[in-house]
Amino acid sequence: MKRSISYRQALNEAIVEEMSRDETVFIYGIDVADHKRIFGTTKNIPEKFGGDRCFSTPLCEDTLMGFGLGAAINGLRPINVHMRVDFLLLAMNQLVNMVSSYRYGAGGRLKVPLVIRAIIGRGWGQSYQHSKSMHSVFAHIPGLKVVMPTTPNDAKGLLISAIRDDNPVVFIEHRWLYDAVGEVSDEDGPIPFGVPNVLRAGTDLTVVATSWMNVEALKAAEILEKHGVSLEVLDPRTISPLEDAAIVESVMKTRRCIVADNDWTFSGFSAELASRIYSSCFGVLRSPIERIGFEFTPCPCARPLENQFYPNAINIIRAAERLLGMDPVDLSGEDFYSYENKFRGPF
Amino acid sequence: MTDTINLRLYRKLYLIRKAEQTIIDNYENDEMKTPMHMSAGAEAIAAGVCLALGSHGQMLSSYRSHGVYLANTEETDLFFAELYGKSKGMAKGKAGSMHLSSVETGYLGASAIVASTLPVAVGAAFANKRKGSDSIAAVFFGDGAVDEGDFWESLNLACVLKVPVLFVMEDNGLAVHTPASRRHGYESIDNIVSQFNCSVFQSDTTDVESIYELTCRAIESVKKDGHPSFLHLKYYRYLEHVGVHEDFDSGYRSRKEFEEWYARDPVLLQREKLLTDGYDEAEIRGLERAIDDQISRSVKLAQEAQHSDKNEIYRDLSA
Ligand SMILES: Cc1ncc(C[n+]2csc(CCOP(=O)(O)OP(=O)(O)O)c2C)c(N)n1
Ligand SMILES: [Mg+2]
Repeated sequence: MKRSISYRQALNEAIVEEMSRDETVFIYGIDVADHKRIFGTTKNIPEKFGGDRCFSTPLCEDTLMGFGLGAAINGLRPINVHMRVDFLLLAMNQLVNMVSSYRYGAGGRLKVPLVIRAIIGRGWGQSYQHSKSMHSVFAHIPGLKVVMPTTPNDAKGLLISAIRDDNPVVFIEHRWLYDAVGEVSDEDGPIPFGVPNVLRAGTDLTVVATSWMNVEALKAAEILEKHGVSLEVLDPRTISPLEDAAIVESVMKTRRCIVADNDWTFSGFSAELASRIYSSCFGVLRSPIERIGFEFTPCPCARPLENQFYPNAINIIRAAERLLGMDPVDLSGEDFYSYENKFRGPF
Repeated sequence: MTDTINLRLYRKLYLIRKAEQTIIDNYENDEMKTPMHMSAGAEAIAAGVCLALGSHGQMLSSYRSHGVYLANTEETDLFFAELYGKSKGMAKGKAGSMHLSSVETGYLGASAIVASTLPVAVGAAFANKRKGSDSIAAVFFGDGAVDEGDFWESLNLACVLKVPVLFVMEDNGLAVHTPASRRHGYESIDNIVSQFNCSVFQSDTTDVESIYELTCRAIESVKKDGHPSFLHLKYYRYLEHVGVHEDFDSGYRSRKEFEEWYARDPVLLQREKLLTDGYDEAEIRGLERAIDDQISRSVKLAQEAQHSDKNEIYRDLSA
């Protein structure tokens, strides 16, 4: 049966279902059990499962990460939540020195079923310490899986997979997506890692986008369609592992590609993807790959500067026109996703 | 030979001392290509604490891990094979001296990042509590580790969550070559820790039986009070920070200091105690010979063993 639910609800359902199915699953972190319930994603969980399985903690990210490691190697399945990915950076020692390599160093005699949820995305003038993405950094580390769902269905299915996975998984959620509504089908269950999702089929140009940039890419596709241009939009969904077969297949068909990453481009996931596509599609490409991402600066606070920092559908449209050798289309009267209309403060 | 606590403690002490002497004797051959942080001088801490933890106990430690590994397992085949980097090591040559472990017997691992196993022990203890297990998780760390944030964070988290964890501070007064006086902006770590919901036990004894008994009390307290215990044990590091040599000529400490501590060397002290307890010299020699033979066999096995095949590099990364 198909149902329409929000991304936030999808995450909540995944956690509730897995905690009901498996009593070793527990969720913890700073403010996890307060009344705001991590943007509503841990709603009803303390009531349903008790304070032993869902609890707020002291403010000590690195130790909380190592704590999760210890619980994981000793038989539990912890979910550690970070209200912003920026706070997770305080746990890089445990994440990169310990969690990622722990099983390896133990000669494979331990497993580390640990999920690390981290929230990214714009808010109310968040500036540069509440707005990063960092998935390239995590994906750079052998032993970490990195997941970045865009749709409610993916949020649910991939979180179920993350919780059932016997390895550490960094699960990155964009806060603007929490209100996104989409269909989930209860029969589907877990979604395997590594399989890109075709969000929209097209013929003229492939856009590979991550997280929120898929929303922008779909908007760009919708507008360009009116001008006779057909974009194919692919969401890798998992940054690591990355199986690029479907992406390569798409670019072999369209022979043009834009990578729109929800991150800085320099040394980032977009570079990894572009490099792979170049090696697999060399000679087939009709134009160089365009990469779109954040401006290479810290994120500024004031709205006009912030708008300059973040890429959007217009950047994708203009890049597509360049690759296709088109004149710029008239965008007046188009209704872009507007932050002002949908999001208010204070945070 | 009647198997008393004191005999079991001596077996562990002698095994550690002898295994490390064997490392010293063979290290110059450059076959053990791994940095050695020797336990010499600290044997009584590993032996006393591990015996007190019992067969259900779990432990984690720093890179100064030979003592804990040997006290926990009393085995040397996997130990030497790992130091020699061979396929028969517990991590098939991927861990080396700084990441020894013996999951099956409760030694959950060692780490070369100062203080990094403290949080892991708190998490392991949390899992034990959740599972209703009576296992106590102990974590061994140096006086340098208490400078780190992870120490204070772990202590605090363990006290908030009331988990059955035993913090074992192996205090040699040095972090590499820097003395505690240059690093600790307070008089007494014990006083500070006692402000937490945590029982504090402290000693500078080198008598392994006393350490064993003190640890038993610390464990009793964890069980009775339902909160962590902090066991602060002093010792003297006999060798350089890393490597197999003495370094009394480097200027940062004196041989005199060493001699004062060596006068109550834990291994010799315990041997004398056995004689006083009525064991005869021949019995003790017999026990020592058996350990010597065990170690010789293990070293030979390790030397003759194969290195892992190149594909080993890919194994064990993911489950
Ligand atoms: C986080 C970190 N910082 C620095 C080092 C380098 N280092 C290795 S051992 C050590 C001293 C640790 O002293 P202590 O905790 O007292 O342990 P001991 O070596 O005396 O057993 C230092 C600074 C490290 N390994 N990890
Ligand atoms: Mg020290």
